[in-house]
Amino acid sequence: MERIPILKMGEFLLVTIQVDMHDRLVMSLQEDLMLKISKFETKGVLIDISALEIVDSFIGRMIANIADMSRILDAKTVVTGMQPAVAITLVELGLSLEGVITALNVDRGIRVLERITGSHEATQALEHDEQVDDHRS
Amino acid sequence: MGLLSAALPIIKENEYELISAWENEQKATIRPDLLRGAELRVQCKEFFRLFLTALTKSPGKDTDGAEWSEAKDFLSSISHTRGIQGFSPSETAQFVFSFKRPLTALIRQKGGSLVNMDELIDVGDLLDKLGLFTTETYQKAREEVISRQQQDMLELSTPVVELSKGIIALPMIGTLDSHRTQIVMETLLQRIVETEADIAIIDITGVPTVDTLVAQHLLKTVTAAKLMGAECIISGIRPQIAATIVHLGVDLGNVVTKATLASAFSLALKKTGFSLVKTVKKEN
Repeated sequence: MERIPILKMGEFLLVTIQVDMHDRLVMSLQEDLMLKISKFETKGVLIDISALEIVDSFIGRMIANIADMSRILDAKTVVTGMQPAVAITLVELGLSLEGVITALNVDRGIRVLERITGSHEATQALEHDEQVDDHRS
Repeated sequence: MGLLSAALPIIKENEYELISAWENEQKATIRPDLLRGAELRVQCKEFFRLFLTALTKSPGKDTDGAEWSEAKDFLSSISHTRGIQGFSPSETAQFVFSFKRPLTALIRQKGGSLVNMDELIDVGDLLDKLGLFTTETYQKAREEVISRQQQDMLELSTPVVELSKGIIALPMIGTLDSHRTQIVMETLLQRIVETEADIAIIDITGVPTVDTLVAQHLLKTVTAAKLMGAECIISGIRPQIAATIVHLGVDLGNVVTKATLASAFSLALKKTGFSLVKTVKKEN
């Protein structure tokens, strides 16, 4: 059966969706991902959907579900590379994916993950600076 | 036997005089700056030829048949070009209507007892129909011009500009309807992809009114941009608009709003990690 590969990249898991999603595929992805998260004790998951051109309400909801489930397993999820048409469709469907962190591309997504999981010392320092700034203003 | 059987041979025989008379009739009304005499003569001759062919095939005042399609195509091409060149509707319709007087005059003069009044009326009816057809095509051409201009305006009115690296702004001007907001949303999202922007500022200084529908569209745009990984700031909200939004009970949620584009820009700079510093010239 067709499956979406889940790649382990350092402390994060990377999922790139290259094919059009159908319901069973997204179900199996969810299952595999949860297993991998608990197995590797992952702190961050990056789902790249830049090749995804069609979404329906089910897929949209499943993406939100995956993010919610990951959060319970103490892993942050970042969805990257959403196409304009996909974003418009999701908004029109009334799915604003509250609670899902998004980023423009994989590169940015990794940086966001590093920042929020605090894995990178340099970014940690940056974050610290920002917090100091926030307190000042 | 057709209705115009008696008039037809007369028209055929006196082709040259008829065209000259028709041309003179038009010269009085036509605008020399838009159409040259030679061009007009070519148009007259061509239409006359097609008119005669159609009339020979289907002698009568009915213009709906296939025999008339060629003549009608020619007429529509004329009124189409005239509509785009900027002729007025009456000037365009004049092309056919001015043919009536010389034609009826000729038939009455040459026909004598052979042609009765009914035939003259039929000739009138026939030309009226063709004239109406011309006006209709003219109207269509004008409508095309209007819709094209509307399209141009839509494209012009949604510029997305890059203010700094990672910051884009969309100054919105004019009333927002659903069609326009759709285009605004699409352009903005497309530009976010192209410029890899982190922050998009939507400036609504030029938007005269914000009703529930417009607010909803703005929220949708903000959400869609957020889904793509960019943050949105809405700026340029005038006091009246802020009051309207509250009175309407629109919940802007957690959308960041700023009063001016300048304050939105400085917030965006701060978020992207830049700052504006005034340079101080040192005096030695």
